[in-house]
Amino acid sequence: MIVARLALQSLLNRWITVLLTVLAISVSVMLLLGVEKVRSGARDSFAGTVSGADLVIGARSGAMQLLLYSVFRIGNATNNVTWRSYQDIVSRAEVAWAIPLSLGDSHRGFRVIGTTPDYFEHLQYRGGQTLKFAAGTPFDDLFDVVVGSDVASRLGYSIGDTITVAHGAGSVGPGHDDLPFRVSGILARTGTPVDKSLHVSLKAIEAIHVDWRSGSRIPGQVTPADRLRQMSLPPKAITAAIVGLKSRLQVMGFQRAVNEYRAEPLSAVLPGVALQEMWGLVATAETALLGVSAMVVVTSMLGLSAMILSTLNERRREIAILRSLGARPGTVGSLLVGEATLLTVAGIAIGTAALYAVLVVARPLIDRQFGIDIGIQPPSSTDARLLLAILIGGITAGFLPAYRAYRMSLADGMMVRT
Amino acid sequence: MEAQALIDAVSLRGVEYKWNGRDAFALSVGALQIPRNERLLLLGPSGSGKSTLLSLLTGVVVAQAGSLEILGQRLDALGSSGRDRFRAEHFGIIFQMFNLLPYGTVIDNVLLPLSFAPARRTRATAAGGAEGEARRLLSALGLPADIGRRRATTLSVGQQQRVATARALIGSPEIIVADEPTSALDDDRQQDFLDLLLGQIDATKATLIMVSHDRRLARHFTKVVELTDILATSQREAAAT
Ligand SMILES: Nc1ncnc2c1ncn2[C@@H]1O[C@H](COP(=O)(O)OP(=O)(O)OP(=O)(O)O)[C@@H](O)[C@H]1O
Ligand SMILES: [Mg+2]
Repeated sequence: MIVARLALQSLLNRWITVLLTVLAISVSVMLLLGVEKVRSGARDSFAGTVSGADLVIGARSGAMQLLLYSVFRIGNATNNVTWRSYQDIVSRAEVAWAIPLSLGDSHRGFRVIGTTPDYFEHLQYRGGQTLKFAAGTPFDDLFDVVVGSDVASRLGYSIGDTITVAHGAGSVGPGHDDLPFRVSGILARTGTPVDKSLHVSLKAIEAIHVDWRSGSRIPGQVTPADRLRQMSLPPKAITAAIVGLKSRLQVMGFQRAVNEYRAEPLSAVLPGVALQEMWGLVATAETALLGVSAMVVVTSMLGLSAMILSTLNERRREIAILRSLGARPGTVGSLLVGEATLLTVAGIAIGTAALYAVLVVARPLIDRQFGIDIGIQPPSSTDARLLLAILIGGITAGFLPAYRAYRMSLADGMMVRT
Repeated sequence: MEAQALIDAVSLRGVEYKWNGRDAFALSVGALQIPRNERLLLLGPSGSGKSTLLSLLTGVVVAQAGSLEILGQRLDALGSSGRDRFRAEHFGIIFQMFNLLPYGTVIDNVLLPLSFAPARRTRATAAGGAEGEARRLLSALGLPADIGRRRATTLSVGQQQRVATARALIGSPEIIVADEPTSALDDDRQQDFLDLLLGQIDATKATLIMVSHDRRLARHFTKVVELTDILATSQREAAAT
């Protein structure tokens, strides 16, 4: 008890170096844990986005590219799927539901997606949840739009507001401003790219392009909205489709059928497999990042060891006093290991707390910047293992000075020569 | 109890010790007998091996040859942790200076040896509670009543020596070893300090072994031994200095 108290007082007396050492450990803990959190957060976020979809179908392309532009809305399709092929494929017996997606237009930086009401019924995220409306209803009129929660909150939209859609992905440029849309529904937050999308009917996508030919407006041609409402405008093509099958067992067969579809070159990918492929690609970067963080941790542990070692000379007399009072060399050594352990535990506690504070602050920023919602969960078992490794590292860092002190106390005898 | 008194506090025969290192200091003691309740002064000049001898007696270092009995216990029969335990229980040690753990309070410094010596703790507790006993010793050694809470570093050298003495005495160990405890004090303080120390030694009937180079202290002791009479030392000089 007294021994521990005296050791603590000795620590407090060196509080500046002790504080700096603890901070170094905290920073390294924050970094390592932060990298791990962002990594697993990104994976969860991506995996949650494709929840429930059996296959994603698009024009022939790489699995990853297809997944990225259709589900994550990153990048663009190079080719379309004709409406006829789409209908042909989804009329097959195995198909339980299908969601067509028509991409290409935007609204103030957010993507506009042409789809069908099936989108609101069948699209799933995060362990099978379906989309919910925070307000309003799915699109009904040709010029109705359903906006994601981020779109609504960022742009301040509420039901009944009118908006115009731009041609292409840019936030400026030639637009379809002669054909305003009315916000009919606002989706509840999902933490997926849906939050950053606007949804209109496939016919609406056709309608706003009636007066356009190959990317530019046909001079002098303006078809009024009411006229468009009466036109039958069957979609000519879609960009991709998300398909749910009646049975998981049919996935492989169905995928083969799509990949071998004769009328046009198509690809069907299993989202899980494509994600796996993507993680395989970024794994090297992830490992490198984790490696660098681990190095930072090692550096902080070396600092801890050096800090305690550097105090040994001035504590030589203290050690001799303890020895003369009957403390064993092992007791003297374990005081130093205890010191290292205490500082590591403090570093871990402060680092973890600071990381969570940073996560709370950074979460919306990361979400806005990268569209990745890193959920704030209590430390996972991976995190716990990392922290345990750091703790063991810290304890180990105490062994070098402890061993030195042990040797010193044996060599010095009772008196310290000054 | 009679038999107890017959056992010597210290009994040394043919002890040889050499510090680690190629040309290190070596010493050998033919024989040294210190009966219980003795107040022994060992006199020797600086570098003559006084502190080394005390390290040997207290079992901090181990003789390479010879036999060394303390209170009837052969030290070489004890393992290293056994010797540490033995030292904690039976010795109170006072150094020349810097006796205290600097950041601790005075009271913690005095109580510290009890952490390593259960029997001394029991005795101190029986004598009026460990803390009470510590306070009693501090005031018996002429220290102000409120000194217990102060940090060791805030005391004068003389006060530190008295605190160290209280620490050596707490729990009444049988042997008090003092390594030039007065050499950092001026003459008046030396006198005061010795009177207080010897008074307490009388009270607990402990054996006192003190080393010094100062022969003026001789009159306070029941026996005075010149180290040169019992020690043979050697230290080859590394080349010509
Ligand atoms: N820990 C040690 N390691 C190696 N040599 C030592 C050690 N301690 C003391 N010595 C050597 O032993 C010799 C005797 O030293 P010691 O401290 O026993 O003398 P002393 O009589 O106590 O001197 P002083 O009056 O200066 O305290 C010295 O030459 C010293 O260099
Ligand atoms: Mg000495």
